[in-house]
Amino acid sequence: MTALTTTLGRAGGVNLLPLAVALIAFVLIGAPSSWVTLTVAGLAMGMMLFLMASGLSLVFGLMDVLNFGHSAFVSFGAFVSASVLAGLGGWLAADSWALNALALAASYLAAILFGLIAGWFFETVIIRPVYRDHLRQILITIGAMIVAEQTILAFWGGTPYSVGRPAFLEGSWIIGDVSIEIYRAFAFALGVAVFVMLYLVLNRTRIGLLIRAGVEDREMVEALGFRVDRLFIGVFMLGSALAALGGAMWAGYETLITPHMGADLMIVVFIVVIIGGLGSIEGTLLGALLVGLMSNYVGFLAPKLALASNMILMVAILLWRPNGLRPAVK
Amino acid sequence: MQNTGTLIVKTSVILIFALLLFAPFLFQDVRSLEVAARICIFIVLVASFDLLIGYTGIVSFAHTMFFGFGAYGAAILLKTMGPGWTPVILGALAGVGVSLVFAIAIGLLSLRVKAIFFAMITLAAASVVLVLASQLSQITGGEDGIIYKAPDLFKPATKLLTDADGKVVRLWGVRLNGKLAAYYFVFFCALALFLVMLRFVGSPFGTVLKAIRENEARAEAIGYRVVAYRTAVFCLSATIASLAGTVYAVWLKYTGPDTALSFAIMIDILLMVVIGGMGTMWGAVIGAVLMILAQYYLRDLMGAASEAMTGIPLLPELLAPDRWLFWLGIIFILLVYFFPKGIAGTAMAWGEKA
Amino acid sequence: MSLLSVRNMKTDIGQYAVLHDVSFEVPEGGVFVLLGRNGAGKTTTLRSIIGLWKPSPGSVTFRGEDITALHTADIARKGIAYVPENMGIFGTLTVDENLILATRNGRFDAARLARIHDLFPALAQFRDKQAWSLSGGQKQMLSIARAMIEPRELILIDEPTKGLAPSIVDAMADAFREIAQTTTILLVEQNFAFARALGRDMAVIDDGRVAHAGSMDDFAADTALQDRLLSLSV
Repeated sequence: MTALTTTLGRAGGVNLLPLAVALIAFVLIGAPSSWVTLTVAGLAMGMMLFLMASGLSLVFGLMDVLNFGHSAFVSFGAFVSASVLAGLGGWLAADSWALNALALAASYLAAILFGLIAGWFFETVIIRPVYRDHLRQILITIGAMIVAEQTILAFWGGTPYSVGRPAFLEGSWIIGDVSIEIYRAFAFALGVAVFVMLYLVLNRTRIGLLIRAGVEDREMVEALGFRVDRLFIGVFMLGSALAALGGAMWAGYETLITPHMGADLMIVVFIVVIIGGLGSIEGTLLGALLVGLMSNYVGFLAPKLALASNMILMVAILLWRPNGLRPAVK
Repeated sequence: MQNTGTLIVKTSVILIFALLLFAPFLFQDVRSLEVAARICIFIVLVASFDLLIGYTGIVSFAHTMFFGFGAYGAAILLKTMGPGWTPVILGALAGVGVSLVFAIAIGLLSLRVKAIFFAMITLAAASVVLVLASQLSQITGGEDGIIYKAPDLFKPATKLLTDADGKVVRLWGVRLNGKLAAYYFVFFCALALFLVMLRFVGSPFGTVLKAIRENEARAEAIGYRVVAYRTAVFCLSATIASLAGTVYAVWLKYTGPDTALSFAIMIDILLMVVIGGMGTMWGAVIGAVLMILAQYYLRDLMGAASEAMTGIPLLPELLAPDRWLFWLGIIFILLVYFFPKGIAGTAMAWGEKA
Repeated sequence: MSLLSVRNMKTDIGQYAVLHDVSFEVPEGGVFVLLGRNGAGKTTTLRSIIGLWKPSPGSVTFRGEDITALHTADIARKGIAYVPENMGIFGTLTVDENLILATRNGRFDAARLARIHDLFPALAQFRDKQAWSLSGGQKQMLSIARAMIEPRELILIDEPTKGLAPSIVDAMADAFREIAQTTTILLVEQNFAFARALGRDMAVIDDGRVAHAGSMDDFAADTALQDRLLSLSV
């Protein structure tokens, strides 16, 4: 029992890191109103990063497959949803709350659907032949990333593409001297909802039990009579769809997107999964929140060091825990 | 051990070096000399990357970072100290020094964990350096990069040999001027670095690396300290990449994120080493030559093809010269599936069977 | 007809040939013991039967059906359970989750669960504990319980007594006797006393080949053979 409680304490300790970062930032920033704005921005960014990173982390945990082309799903999700929003411009511009929301929902659904299909294609055509061969896996998925980025360039062109936003997500809430962008609050809420759903699926369903067991010991799950490779396609598709949704939300957040956005975000996503530890969504959430908060605080305090600060954070955490904060046992 | 395939590969490589040696006389235009110099540099860069990926089976995305350290080292010093050999040498040393610090830090931090961690961490490190280089504009010139002068010997106005009238001597129609000296500086530096690597992979050290690549657990069991070996080869590879960067900086007289640090260069290196053939050294030469020729000349062809296809949906878009990476990506994927040994490796294996 | 027959099995791991030519027949019922020195190829034999490694050439036949080429999961569904040497416990899952994972439909058969809890009381006591916190003996019990939670025809068990205290080994022997009344056990074992007490038929693997096969009683009586094949004097 003591072993259990100490571990729980330790896990709680690690989970408190984002809070610690927020507190330190509060002292350094000084102005509470700026701090609140930055914290909300950091949490929103963190949840979007979580969506993009969770699939990558689970896919690695389950099959030891690392997809360097994962960023393609993010970019495609962004562009597909932006195109749907552009196509539904009438609904988006309409003076009806419901039509606005419908357009947004349709764009997200399109991104998710695209992610599912592209994920299925990617897994069966690109990844399947190179299971268990890390070198070729990295090379092939890099190749796929190049092709995907070029495809986006061919379809949407290289100029920044502007993304529509429903009117009800524009603007900010002003509470005292604190202003909170509505879209950020929305992105955060949506991200939390997805996390809770994922958490419940993983911890309350039989499929989730199989996934968690598979992350720990794939061979044993197979020896118990379950086809992990078939389960894996499902997880891969889900991960791709989440990345596409993350991309779609990111597109609305940035309002201007380029075909390189996926590759640029990929670095941050990698840092997230390395910090969090591969294979567990709790770890990924932790990493995502840390990186999101850190980026916004440092971006405010010392703008030029924003990306470097994440790198420093990663190095520090790796020195402390070489497998990340909360890796799935491997 | 020599067989037909190996013989063909080695003959091609020697032929390539011979062509590069006489390039200024064979192809007498400015663009060709640019291409030849670029080929020389990339042969070294790709071969040093092959030390990692082909000989030890580790994938690093930080290779351009080291290349950039060497280039920026020379560039910054040539800019601040003015043209001369001292800044070049000091720049080279500084580049190598910084590269070694980074290589050791990254190596010790991540080579002991999974190969995939290493790939991700090098990618993250390289992007941070890239972003820093474009942001710290007081030192690096930011996005615009740095323009500077090369040592006096390499000025186009420098006369290497003069005739009785004091005019520069022409040999087979080529002026023996500073531009020529600069090219041969690049060529011989590249040749020397390549020979060093060739010697290295043939040494007992190279044999150990192969043993580690074949079976890491076994090599460990036999008593090789895998992490130490990997860190050592990572350092060597970084040093050579950094030196190549310095040489390129001297040749270009310009250094910026696009020429020395960008992720596009990393992708190029990766494509070259895989297309040429990993783990052979010869493959690096073949891959670099083919890719750079394609970069310079295939685009023209694609432009013509794209115009011929106007009216057909999407095809002109995909055949546009800017989309050449699309096709390269597909070729790359197919190669990794069907010919993972690349051109050189496949030719050599084919020769063994025949 | 024997329950399981292994014929001319040759298995390579990477570039190393571990099994050269392994053939034996496991009759239905009771405990069949595979003996052999360290590194002789016993574990590889079990892994090749369950399909985690593929022999080539060679065949594994279960109840007259060739299962050599089947996927591990499909082999398991034929009614073969595997208890690996490292026990294959999912440490982050609870004891009950480990057990429920081994059921086909995600529900416990009350009678079977009761029988398991009867055999291994610790598993009842720590139902909701994460499995990594169990002791080595308890983990081994959980691993075996997982193989019993559904009706199986054959259980492959790899060195269950390794590193366990003598009292636990005795409990394990009792459990095996009970399991063997309804299910055939193919047991890989180094502990000869344990194997001797349980085994009816046996085979010895040496250097990737079957060096001897026969009844346990005959083998136990022939100390010269034991010395030659197992170096039991060590």
